Amino acid sequence: MNQSRYANSVQLNDQGQLRHFLTLEGLDRELLTEILNTADSFVDMSAQSVKKVPLLRGKTVVNLFFENSTRTRSTFELAAKRLSADVLNLDIKSSATSKGETLRDTLWNLQAMASDMFVVRHSDSGAAHFIAEHVTPGVAIINAGDGRHAHPTQAMLDMVTIRRHKGDFSQLKVAIVGDILHSRVARSQIHVLNTLGAGEVRVVGPKTLLPKYIETLGVTVCYDLDEGLRDVDVVIMLRLQTERMASAFLPSQGEFYKLYGLSRERLALAKPDAIVMHPGPINRGVEIESEVADGCQSMILKQVGYGVATRMAVMSMAMSGQTTQ
Amino acid sequence: MQLEINVDAVLNRMGEELAAQLSQRGISRPMLVGIRSGGVWLAERLHRQLGISDPLGVLDISFYRDDFTRVGLNPKVQPSALPFATEGQHIVLVDDVLMTGRTVRAALNELFDFGRPASVSLVALVDLNARELPIRADIIGETLSLQPGQQVKLNGPDNLILELQDKA
Repeated sequence: MNQSRYANSVQLNDQGQLRHFLTLEGLDRELLTEILNTADSFVDMSAQSVKKVPLLRGKTVVNLFFENSTRTRSTFELAAKRLSADVLNLDIKSSATSKGETLRDTLWNLQAMASDMFVVRHSDSGAAHFIAEHVTPGVAIINAGDGRHAHPTQAMLDMVTIRRHKGDFSQLKVAIVGDILHSRVARSQIHVLNTLGAGEVRVVGPKTLLPKYIETLGVTVCYDLDEGLRDVDVVIMLRLQTERMASAFLPSQGEFYKLYGLSRERLALAKPDAIVMHPGPINRGVEIESEVADGCQSMILKQVGYGVATRMAVMSMAMSGQTTQ
Repeated sequence: MQLEINVDAVLNRMGEELAAQLSQRGISRPMLVGIRSGGVWLAERLHRQLGISDPLGVLDISFYRDDFTRVGLNPKVQPSALPFATEGQHIVLVDDVLMTGRTVRAALNELFDFGRPASVSLVALVDLNARELPIRADIIGETLSLQPGQQVKLNGPDNLILELQDKA
């Protein structure tokens, strides 16, 4: 747990409040619940005719995306705008070899523009952490996905979805299905589900797409989807990263769907009121059947809306922690 | 220290004054909105006393405070809920303690993000005579002048008791 203590020394201020948001590892249940509660208040804000609050008025938020992601970037942009911040979107193609210097230089240039927050997406694990350690005091860093390491806002929006639709975590069985190995989302989800006290967390996938020793994270491992789905309350499907196919982790897309695709018949093995989630973008007919993705148990489009609210919560809390430390 | 103020009796009188004032202004359908937390408890009682059939609104002004850059975000923020369209309505805003007027300013800002009301009036249980903004209440229960370092807190929700405290 040394690693999480180290992460917390960077992401929390001296009063234990968020000042950056880098990883869910090491965050306690109280703080995670505070994020969920704050996000819930922002979800309900959509009833206002002016869907904007003045919290980050006069602040400048820079979306620093070294890796493309239209959805994540646009929900962060919308979140910042609904907090009344000014937003700058920068898409920078990453050059892995020159990371250290380039990243630092980029940072210095952006700091010179008097930015208050960087939302960072990078293909290297630890990039957001690195920036948080080198940035000027007073500037908040939000991790929007780093390599295979973490995607904490995605995992938190999933928790918002689960709590709003299923309630008490301790009563829930949750199955995370698909490419766990390459998924930073899965890693963050496992951490937060365990901290929030979920009844059971299962990971389901082929051996080649499950990390070794994953059971040490406190999950049940299933190689068979039918077994993994039995009696669960929540099914979280992960996107099959088709670019992995080339590296021979999988025989073919068709084969994967046959074994691990979520069809209506398979979903019937879960509890009748189970919900289905997916971080998007979905591959219809690869990991999920269209009828399931569009069906009444699907939360997929709701998740997008909750994503904006969750990002508003994390951004305002981190900015708050920067001011009050 | 508990203040020698019978909140229920004061509130009863305020309800009568409010009813009289509303009828004098020709407002037959007021919409009551309480500011969390104390204002909501008071608004619930006034809502009952005036026999209002429209639901009660609740505002949590945490997202609209003007001191975010000094004190940060309230960790106990809860959703606001206005279960009616505010557009063109006569709103009665209810708060427990009126001090600087900053809470009411935040509430007005939030209220106007829901729509454009026809009018807004303000009801406050206690006025501390410490205005920092040009905001006054239409109905006031009690006026108090505190010593520096003191504050007033309304305890509830069942038995409403006004308490005099030393600031932490």
